Amino acid sequence: MTQLRRSGVLGEAELSCCPGVPGAERLAGGACAVMECSEEIPCNPCEADCPRGAICIGRDVTSRPTLDAKQCVGCGICVPRCPGLAIFVVDLSRDDGDRVTIPYEFLPLPKAGDPVQGLDREGARTCNAKVLSVNAGAQNDRTAAVTLWVPKGFGMRVRFFKREPKGVPHGATG
Amino acid sequence: MKRTEVPDVLVVGGGPAGMAAAIVASEYGAKVRIVDENAWLGGQLVKQTHKFFGSARHYAGSRGIDICARLVKEAEERDVEVMLDSPVVGVFDGLVIVAERQERLAAMRPGCTILATGAGENAIAFPGWTLPGVMTAGAAQTFVNVHRIRIGHRAVVAGSGNVGLIVAYQLEQVGINVAAIVEAMPSIGGWGVHAAKVRKLGIPILTGHTIAEARGTEHVESVTIQRVDKAFRPVSGTEEILEADIVCLAVGMNSRTRLAEMAGCTLMHVPALGGKVPVHSAGMETSIPGFFVAGDISGIEEASTAIEEGRLAGLSAARTLEAVSGVEYEERRSAYIEALAELRSGPFGLARREAKEEVVKSHERRYA
Repeated sequence: MTQLRRSGVLGEAELSCCPGVPGAERLAGGACAVMECSEEIPCNPCEADCPRGAICIGRDVTSRPTLDAKQCVGCGICVPRCPGLAIFVVDLSRDDGDRVTIPYEFLPLPKAGDPVQGLDREGARTCNAKVLSVNAGAQNDRTAAVTLWVPKGFGMRVRFFKREPKGVPHGATG
Repeated sequence: MKRTEVPDVLVVGGGPAGMAAAIVASEYGAKVRIVDENAWLGGQLVKQTHKFFGSARHYAGSRGIDICARLVKEAEERDVEVMLDSPVVGVFDGLVIVAERQERLAAMRPGCTILATGAGENAIAFPGWTLPGVMTAGAAQTFVNVHRIRIGHRAVVAGSGNVGLIVAYQLEQVGINVAAIVEAMPSIGGWGVHAAKVRKLGIPILTGHTIAEARGTEHVESVTIQRVDKAFRPVSGTEEILEADIVCLAVGMNSRTRLAEMAGCTLMHVPALGGKVPVHSAGMETSIPGFFVAGDISGIEEASTAIEEGRLAGLSAARTLEAVSGVEYEERRSAYIEALAELRSGPFGLARREAKEEVVKSHERRYA
């Protein structure tokens, strides 16, 4: 049984086997989509929506998406399109910290400059982060694409965030 | 009772399957009427606020509520007659009895009848399961997404199929904290992407666990969960108490076949489809000529398959009424069948695909 099916969290090995997850070298070269889509489920909107044709699913709608990482420029159009909220844009190329774009469907939306807590794939707090931009245009259909600054080394770890004004971690209420 | 009315096609149930069937049948000039027991069209789509999976050629990437609005608009544009608040209370020898607006009985003898009655939700029983606060996943969705009522503060969800995972996410969206999703099976039932979505929020998915008890005086105040062994027997000493005021049951569904049974349709038991389903042909016709099924009544699947099955049933009804030419019928029929095969492809669709083939074969053997 895969770690994903046991826990709901993609393990390192499973991640590296996803044909939509680019290698470390590509991510170090600048913003690129990271498609954490590891199972054969019937879904393909991402393929048609990539303006550079970098995403391929093909005739069989249950095939996993393959990313041509050389073609991807990290525009992030695919991020809000994925019904599984499984696509992120990651940029590990900068010295001052990594960048992660996350699909976000909670209100109120954060604002650029807001300090937030970066959460990992298990929803655990991993680092302090900052909102750089919020794209909530109509074309996103109520899934905002929120770009975060995270400390160097956290770009492939942070997958969600939480505003915690009182320092209460998510899930610890009640 | 009023005098008998004779629509060309009567569709029972205005969810995705019923609306799709009505739209296609009306494309060929059939006088179509949808009767539905609810106050509005849409079936379960009216509370599906998430984006749907599937093929981009269909509605994938759109939210269920928006797919619903599109289907309703299309049905309106095609002059499909809609009778709401009107449950069908009986089917006798081809005569369909409707409690019109819940006020008076109307008898209809349609040219064709399409049953798209959907599914009912399963429940599990445990001490305290009758306490206010214990509800099915569908009920929780109706409260929060249709009536916009925040039903509590902290929930425990039973069942990690796609429904349980999606409902947990939607509860968090409206500000209800989800303490845990418990799953008796050793692995998560739903798709990995849905599971990953709720894990990122910090919701634990506890496999090999069940609900032992819900406690409270007036309503649920706490939920005791417990590990189960490989035979699903509770393991004593592993009890854990979670503070929660909502228990959400997402433990499967079963086809609503009662009207099909009353009509005399042959049923068969198919575990992969959720239980008893009417035997039907590739074109969705039951054992009774002129009676069709579409959507969850014919097996528990997704809204996307329900829409395709509905279109297929609507087309078959038009063919029965001789409203569509043989060539066009064959062409569209194979397109719908191909779309269904596509939606049932891959490892998650395999069991359903095989089960559906078995149902169709059974129909062919006995009624073709």
